[in-house]
Amino acid sequence: MIQKKFENAAKAVADIQDGATLLVGGFGGSGLPSYLVAALVEQGAKDLTVVSNNIGAVSDGVAALISNNQVRKIICSFPVGPHADDLIERLKKGTIELEIAPQGTLAERIRAGGAGVPAFYTPTGAHTELGEGKETRLFDGQMHLLEHAIKGDYAFIKAHRADRWGNLVYRKTQRNFNPVMATAAKTTIAEVNEIVEVGEIDPETIVTSSVFVHRLVQAEAQHEGKVLVNE
Amino acid sequence: MSKDQQQVIGWTMPELASRVAMDLEDGWFVNLGIGLPTLVADFIPEGREIIFHSENGLLGLGPKPEPGEEDMDLVNAGKEPITLRPGGSYFSQSESFAMIRGGHLDAAVLGAFQVSEYGDLASWKLPNATLGRVGGAMDLTVGSKRVFLFMQHTSNKGEAKIVEECSFPLTAPRCVNRIYTNLAVIDVTDDGLVVRELAPGVTFEYVQECTAAPLKLHASSDMQSEALKVQQ
Repeated sequence: MIQKKFENAAKAVADIQDGATLLVGGFGGSGLPSYLVAALVEQGAKDLTVVSNNIGAVSDGVAALISNNQVRKIICSFPVGPHADDLIERLKKGTIELEIAPQGTLAERIRAGGAGVPAFYTPTGAHTELGEGKETRLFDGQMHLLEHAIKGDYAFIKAHRADRWGNLVYRKTQRNFNPVMATAAKTTIAEVNEIVEVGEIDPETIVTSSVFVHRLVQAEAQHEGKVLVNE
Repeated sequence: MSKDQQQVIGWTMPELASRVAMDLEDGWFVNLGIGLPTLVADFIPEGREIIFHSENGLLGLGPKPEPGEEDMDLVNAGKEPITLRPGGSYFSQSESFAMIRGGHLDAAVLGAFQVSEYGDLASWKLPNATLGRVGGAMDLTVGSKRVFLFMQHTSNKGEAKIVEECSFPLTAPRCVNRIYTNLAVIDVTDDGLVVRELAPGVTFEYVQECTAAPLKLHASSDMQSEALKVQQ
């Protein structure tokens, strides 16, 4: 019998090694898998490459991993917010590397990673600082940039409801990066509010199919924006 | 008028939001960027159906919720709680940016640090800043059928934001169609910047004084804005 549910977040993240690449869903606090992030802060894996749209919007997102000195490199579109100070300090010290990607390019690089496409051309970012050093090609007379796929060793995602196989349903704008990140990691861990039996979710409403989800953790409560790192 | 009076003259930001909304046509899909552009969601002109897009994965963005009705799983691009209008839908980031980059949106209303007389936009990074915050701005400027800017005419320090050439890092070159400021509505044309409309009590000469690029007056317009007819 398929059983993807882990007893708690700590057990679900226990095997993450130093140097792993981690995709973290969410847009600020909305759709953020904050229990999985908190468990990884506790677990302590270091030298992580973390891919996540917003850095510093909330204290219990990727900012907590940065503050705990677990991150070597960040790939994101929006590294600004009330909890970005530790990122700025580490950038100035040179202990962390930051790669800023346009949000749509970031989403498509992850989609490509999950879809087996190694790279693609996009007009976004041409003739800008973010396009410098990238391969270019003209299509219909317009400059495009070659962008490379992103794949994770692990993805942390948040969904509203799962069945035992890992079929997922989201809630409102909580969806954001979660479905695309679920496709692009060797091990996708979904934090959900509720786990139901197979067959209880209407197949027409399933957004992420069980093939993309490897581990399930039931969240103990909704995201409350609580501080997980001593400030 | 001197430049330090600029904050109290011309349109207020909600008035400007309703002025922007007047130019959005029935049936358009329109992205609203972070900050001032989100005000436009409160002003759909009567008799029109306009569907607002939020880059984080939503069509049908509505006004702010009543106090106590906020749902942090229902937020706009600025992560502020919003509402969903009937007919609205949710989708993932890759689908949201397929709509944007794929040319499916009729317009994007965005903020700006600087815009050049050719429609070059700088909106994501200040010069020599450690961090930039690009978000979806580069995708929106490349993919939307029209790019409208919603901004104060000058910076907080009174510096011109409409310039001959952007000195800040570019979001995209040659992408802006129209600029809405507290002082005027200005089109970016092949013939340069053309003032289409002046805010009440604002002269063309004053707008030119606050602008670091040459402006032209639109020939056929009576220029002074009529009372705003858009219903909140």
